[in-house]
Order: sequence, then structure tokens, then C-alpha cells
Amino acid sequence: MTVQTLPENKLEVKIKLSDEKIEKINEICESFDNDPGELINVLHETQVTYGYLPAEVQEVIAHNLNISVAHVYGVVTFYSFFTMVPKGEHPISICLGTACYVRGAEKILDEFKKELNIKVGETTADKKFSISCLRCVGACGLAPVVMVGEKVYGRVSPDSVRAILDEYK
Amino acid sequence: MAKFKSHILICGGTGCQSSNSEAILNNLERELATKGLIEDVQVIRTGCFGFCEKGPIVNVLPDNTFYVEVKPDDAQEIIDEHIIKGRRVNRLLYVNPENEEHVPDSKHMGFYKKQLRIALRNCGLVDPENIEESIAHDAYQALGKVLTEMSQTDAIEIIKKSGLRGRGGGGFPTGLKWEITKNSVSDKKYVVCNADEGDPGAFMDRSILEGDPHSILEAMAICGYCIGADEGLIYIRAEYPLAIKRLKVAIKQAEEYGLLGSDIMGTGFNFKIKLRYGAGAFVCGEETALIHSMEGKRGEPTNKPPFPSVSGYLQKPTNVNNVETFANVPAIILKGAEWFSSIGTEKSKGTKVFALAGKINNVGLIEVPMGITLREIIFEIGGGIKGGKKFKAVQTGGPSGGCLTEKHLDTPIDYDNLLQAGSMMGSGGMIVMDEDDCMVSVAKFYLDFIVEESCGKCAPCRIGNKRLNEILSKICDGNGTQEDLERLKNLSNVIKDTSLCGLGQTSPNPVLSTLANFQEEYYEHVHDKKCRAGHCKNLLYYVIDPEACIGCMLCVRNCPVNAITGERKQSHFIHQEICIKCGACMEKCKFDAISLTSEYAMAEH
Repeated sequence: MTVQTLPENKLEVKIKLSDEKIEKINEICESFDNDPGELINVLHETQVTYGYLPAEVQEVIAHNLNISVAHVYGVVTFYSFFTMVPKGEHPISICLGTACYVRGAEKILDEFKKELNIKVGETTADKKFSISCLRCVGACGLAPVVMVGEKVYGRVSPDSVRAILDEYK
Repeated sequence: MAKFKSHILICGGTGCQSSNSEAILNNLERELATKGLIEDVQVIRTGCFGFCEKGPIVNVLPDNTFYVEVKPDDAQEIIDEHIIKGRRVNRLLYVNPENEEHVPDSKHMGFYKKQLRIALRNCGLVDPENIEESIAHDAYQALGKVLTEMSQTDAIEIIKKSGLRGRGGGGFPTGLKWEITKNSVSDKKYVVCNADEGDPGAFMDRSILEGDPHSILEAMAICGYCIGADEGLIYIRAEYPLAIKRLKVAIKQAEEYGLLGSDIMGTGFNFKIKLRYGAGAFVCGEETALIHSMEGKRGEPTNKPPFPSVSGYLQKPTNVNNVETFANVPAIILKGAEWFSSIGTEKSKGTKVFALAGKINNVGLIEVPMGITLREIIFEIGGGIKGGKKFKAVQTGGPSGGCLTEKHLDTPIDYDNLLQAGSMMGSGGMIVMDEDDCMVSVAKFYLDFIVEESCGKCAPCRIGNKRLNEILSKICDGNGTQEDLERLKNLSNVIKDTSLCGLGQTSPNPVLSTLANFQEEYYEHVHDKKCRAGHCKNLLYYVIDPEACIGCMLCVRNCPVNAITGERKQSHFIHQEICIKCGACMEKCKFDAISLTSEYAMAEH
């Protein structure tokens, strides 16, 4: 870990972010006028850019919006959409909404866990896949539903899990 | 504007897009181009038709032919046969399951017959990304009427008279809410649209936003005029990328046409709308939590009063309404309060959109008049239970609601009747369950959800629900006692009475309603160690069929805990008190002699 000085700022933070990354976060905050009320939108944009929100990124955001790091951390950990752990190259989300649940989503989840040998919230060692659960993508007609990245798979059965994974191997 | 001979409408909702409706659209357009028909036939990507079970759906106008389960390769046949030769493609029509006849149009389909579409009036009809189409279907006409012909009080009076109640779940009279916010004195007020549809299994708000975003923008502007606000915010889930995209397009187009922004329609009324994103927290559907989330804070609720209509977003008076509530407003303004209040029951006027899902033949989005019975919804519109199984329960109102049973099938559905039956309207999720669903597990499923989503601010919800969940786990694992059943009931009532917000106050509902309606199932779990649905793994027993077992010893050797005994060439026996239910024996058996049963007594002998 290196200690860097933020450009144009006197604050010193322990960070391992490149100047370029800090500049990008500054830009995002700037685009929302550094308004603390826009924190959630800032976090969304930042997560789109980086894929996740590590502590260092949160520190830079807190500084820009002139709020405490604890406040930012509190918000990041409150909402399930934000993650402090990088997801896999192909993030797998299994819908555990009620419609999918009654059509056997639990068994699908178990099958993915077994095939990839990881738990919910974890990423495989090769960083290829991660498993998470979500509540309803609104495609209940296709239940049970699994999303890999942006692609939605409907009417998934435990037997089709391997075929889905093979598409990405 | 070009005049087209026919229009091909294709569903562009999330469900149908997931089943490749985009490729169908591209193929249709390519076919039209090769046949030189681009000038005559227009392909339109619309919002959701509602019949998600049979998607992707393609509707050809003017003859209103309704094609179901269309594949991208079917595009050529639709153009060649239907458009060019004027012959319907029979194999793509919906087949009535009762008499196996092809049904050419939606009007004659069981799924649509009993529906009345007010909130969903333009879904599946207009291209949501083209404002002119919406305007051709009366969008912004109600806004014009309100701005030019009505005072604030007049317009509020219409909404009050119509009897419209909040469609997000609570059922608070919408007109009254507007009036209270109007009467709050402040230099700045806000209109908020609650599009944080967190109830798993409900997708009506998303479908409305994806299919008819202008109706929401228009209604928010009407509300702004009535309460004296010039700014609106839509709080929408980040999980709905398509709805967000279409809202952004719609806001931009409405601004370009002078229907949002400054001096709308030259009347001097200003109204702008911005988007705020949720980030996955169920509790943010609660008004005060939603407002905190919009302010960039943790979405924790606060005590009411003060109500948002007095002190809400940035401490200014704020009117929060749900998407579906707003979608009704323009129709009420245009057609009048009497028209709206003539639909529905005495205390619940108009229609309600339900998301029908679970073990039902026709999964989809339906809009029906209040007062319709569950039987009509499930067996006529929904086409009955999947696979001819027996109906067991229907869960309404999401995690805050309850399970209704056979005895409630003929109750007319409205806010008050559902409450009385121990459930609630909620946002309108309706999950149908059959005999294979274990009601104790269903209660536990909802508690899992609540434990995960409780914000943690108040102890009854944070700790109480966790304890409820533990007791339910214990019962599902076969370790429950009679005292546990008492404890479930007492604790549920304490949580209901003492929680801070709506989430906690309603969270024990799934437990209480299953306890009341499926008492015998709880008893069986506790006393007979039996799960009649065969769902609870610990209450299932592996047994060997002595007829089928040839005595090969394979299972005996593979059992990790030596629970199986027997001699070679004699049928084997599983000792239930030792068995850990790993299933290794069943996997290894080559003669299908091992099966699962929910009857402990049977397994013992």
C-alpha cells in the first residue's frame, strides 16, 4: 500500500488507486455536482465503472462529497446491489423470488453450488464465475430464472445447469 | 405520417425479450425489407401483453391475430402467409386447452375475457419509445384538461370522488393524500413515484413503466399541479434496466414536446422529473425509508407522524404514490369519477393489476375489476393448476401478506376482504401453490426474505423475525415441539404490535396465516415428523422395496454411516435412526429399489 496525495486536495489517504482511477471517480462525483444527496447514484456509476466498491474507492467518494467514510460505508453495506468484493467474469444470479422458489429455484441454486464448488457470494478461484441470489427479475412466466451476466435463462432445470456453464467455459 | 396497411406488434417486455423477441423483430423487419413491404407494414416493439406464459407474443393488426410462443424462425412464415397471402398461421395460434381449438384473437381467450385494462390500457398497444404513439392514444390529454379547465381543488375532488386507493399495498385514499399535501404550506413540494417494486413475484410496476411510461409522467405532472409542486422524482430499482432506459427516453421526448419542463402547454405551469435509483432494499418501498434513500442515506424508516405529506423529501411536503396508482389517474380525469367508481366494490373502486405466478397454467400480468373472486382469477383467467394437480393455496401481498385457501376461493377480492381473510392486497403478487408445496417451508421462505431485508433499526423486527425463522427451521428439520407452535404465535403477535414500520408490522403475516389455515400441517411436522408435501428433507425417509431389492450389497458398502444391514441375495434394510439422508444408497442402487417416503411409520417396517 502506498500513500498518495489526491490531486488538488490536501487530504492524505492510504490508497492503492492509480491517479487515473481517482480522476475517473472525481469525474463521476463532479457529474453529480458533488452533492451528498446523490451518493447512491454516484455509487451506482462507480460500480458500473469498476465492478465493485472497495474501501479505497469509498474513501475518495467520501472526500469528494464531503461526508464521512462511515456514511459511505454504511450506505454501501445497506444495499444489496453494492458489493465490496469483485464478481466473477460471468456473474451468475439465481432468482429466489417466490414464483421461482415454488418452481424449484432452490434445487437450481444447489446444482450451481455443486458444479462450481463455491457458496453464494463467492467467486471461483479462476475468477470466472460468481454466484449471487436476487429477488425477482420480473420474468416470472419463465420461472425458474437464472441470469448469467445480462443474459436471462428461463425454465432452468437442475439438468440444464451444466450446459449453461459450458457456454462460458 | 406514413399510412400502413398492417401493424405487427411484438412484445418487448423483459419476459419476452429474455425469450428472444428482439431476434423475431429483426427477422420480421428483414423479411419485410426483402419483400419490399417496408412502406406497408410497420413493426412496433410494445410493452408487455401480460400473457407471459405463452411469450414471445406477436400481434398482427388490423385483424388482431394473436400469435404465441413465436420463434425467430417463424418470422418468414408470418410475413409470407399472413401479410402477403392473408392466411393465418394456425400453428402459432393459441390453443384452447378445453376443446383444443385454435383461438385467433385475444378477445376470445380465457386469459383475457374477464380482464378490464385501465392501468395497463396502453401496454402492448403503443411503442413506449415513441411519444407520438402515446399521444395518439390520449396521453397528456388529461394533463391538458387539468391545466386549462380545472382548479387544483376541482382535480383533487375528481380523484377523491373516484374512490381511487393506493395500489402499492396500503390502500390509502389517493385524493385525500393529495389534499393533505396541497394543504401543507411550503415554498417547495415534491411528487414522488414509488417504483421500488421489491415484492418478489410482482412485476406490474415494471411492466407499466416499460410499456407505457408516459402515463406515469403525465399523472405525476397532474399531481404536481394539484398539490403545488414543480418537481417530481421517480424512485426506481436499479434491477430494472429496461424500465430505466424507457423512462429516460420518455422524459426526454416529453421535454422536447413541451409536455414537461417550463411553461407546460403555455399555461405557466412548470414541472420537471428526475430519476433516483434504488439499490436493492425491500424496506425502501416504505415511504419514509424511500425518502431517506433518495436523500442518499441508508433506507431506514422513521416514525410517522410527521407524514411525508407534511415533512418528506428534504423536509418538504412530499406526495408519494405507487406506479399503478399514478397509471389510473389520467384515465379517471378523462373519463370521470363516476365511470371509475362504477367499477369495483363498495369500498374498493376500479381495477387491480395482479402478477399471477407459481403453479398455474397461465402465468402473467392481469388487470381485473375489484370484487372478482379468486376462483375466477385462478381457474378461468389462470387456466387452473399446472399438471392437473390439486390447488392448495394462493399467497397474496408478498412477504407482508398471507396464504389463502380453498375456503376463500369465492370471496370477492378487495382491500378489506383480503385483510379480513388474514392476507392483504399488497402490490398484487399472487403466487399459486399446489399439493407439492409445504406450507411450513413457504412461511420459512418468507421469513428468510424478511430476515435478510429487515433494516435492523428496531429490535422486534431485527431480532424477533430471526427467532421466528429459527423456530421454523427447527420445525422443518423435524425437531419442533408443541411449545414451538405456541411460541411462533406469541412472538408473531409481539412483532406485529411493536415494530416501527410497515415491514415489521406485517412480517409475521405469512406465519400467522399459514398457522391459521394449515394448522394440521404444522402439527404433522411437529408430532408425526411428517411433511405431507415431501418437501422437508429431514422428514423424508429412504426405504428399500423388498420386492425390487436383489441383495447386491452395493448400498450396504456405500452407506457412510452403516445404516443399512442385510445379507447377500437377501433384501436389505435401512435403519432410520442411523440414516443421515445423504442419498448415496439411492444414487448407487442399480435396481431402483430405494425410494423416499414421507411416512415414518412405513419406513420403520
